[in-house]
Amino acid sequence: MIDLLQQFGRGWIVLFERLGRAHLFLFQVLLGIPSLFVRLFLLTKQLYSTGVMTLLIILVSGLFVGMVLALQGYNSLVRFGAEEALGQFVALVLFRELAPVLTALLFAGRAGSAMTSEIGLMKATEQLAGLEMMAVDPFKRIYAPRLLAGFIVVPALTAMFGTVAILGGHLVGVEMLGVDAGAYWSQMQSEVSFRYDVLSGMLKALVFGFVICWIAIFEGADCIPTSEGVSSATTHTVVYSSLAVLGLDFVLTALMF
Amino acid sequence: MNSRSVEILVGLFMALFLVAMAFLVLKASNLTSLSGAKGYELSAYFENIGGLRERAPITAGGVRVGQVSRIEYDVETFQAKVTLTIDEAYDNFPEDTTASIYTAGLLGEQYIGLEPGAEDSVLMPEDEISLTQSALVLERLIGQVLLNR
Repeated sequence: MIDLLQQFGRGWIVLFERLGRAHLFLFQVLLGIPSLFVRLFLLTKQLYSTGVMTLLIILVSGLFVGMVLALQGYNSLVRFGAEEALGQFVALVLFRELAPVLTALLFAGRAGSAMTSEIGLMKATEQLAGLEMMAVDPFKRIYAPRLLAGFIVVPALTAMFGTVAILGGHLVGVEMLGVDAGAYWSQMQSEVSFRYDVLSGMLKALVFGFVICWIAIFEGADCIPTSEGVSSATTHTVVYSSLAVLGLDFVLTALMF
Repeated sequence: MNSRSVEILVGLFMALFLVAMAFLVLKASNLTSLSGAKGYELSAYFENIGGLRERAPITAGGVRVGQVSRIEYDVETFQAKVTLTIDEAYDNFPEDTTASIYTAGLLGEQYIGLEPGAEDSVLMPEDEISLTQSALVLERLIGQVLLNR
């Protein structure tokens, strides 16, 4: 009985230790960001591997999400004779919720997991130790560019997701189901506020990008340096960052709207 | 993958981002109509504006000519004061133009319809439209029908 209690207690201590380490780690990474501006090529490389490589999946899923939204929205709205409001419906749902959240989830699966496994493998093959031997700070060289890249890339991908999805909605709503094109765009423009709807969606995306990259980098740097450790760290990245995105989304929505 | 093509692709990526943002600003939201609303203001007093809201469209003959920019309650006349912003292009509405509040569809959004009169003199900026017709409030209408039976 006492042993059980002890195990329970140890579990909590381990958890809080890890959380503390994660925060100290984040602090050190943030300190490494200013030195990036003299080595911008590191950032460019990360923008490529996180942003450009994720672009295709984002665009394709954006297109389909927009098309599905238009189809579903039309079927519900047409019963009230309000199918003119389709553009507004699609745009609001996208900007406020779907574009940031789905982009973040896809980003976590596509780029976050890759980031963790890359860093984990660097640790397992002692490349990180090698860097430190050569007095190269991995916080400045490895971690900081990845965090900053995520910070830039996720809002960018969110904007593209939203754009493609609205065009997809147009494709289905206007071209296929015959909603008036003028009504689609004008209802959207008159009801979607840039500051209130679009910018708060972008703010969400910024927060998500930051959190996903933080989790991904920390899981990689903190993994057990074996092949099993790397694989479980990669799994953890996807699970934790998806949960963090969905949880934070609720908090942010409650604060914003 | 050499660093040149990586840089080109990243450049393309960021350019795409800017295009997407421009689309969101110009096409999908109303930043432009908020800041760059070029036009002149007219005011109109209504007994009851029903469900009219700010940014509601103003039409003349079904064509959109402007939008409602402000709605206030005037404590001196006990009426609703609606400020209308009309596009610059439409600057020759006669003085006896009528402004009425209509509903698009049975339960749709409300808008202001302008019907030009026959006077020669035209409405100048800051003028007041004196001929107005209030919104049709469904409850009031039903009440009248019930009382008249």
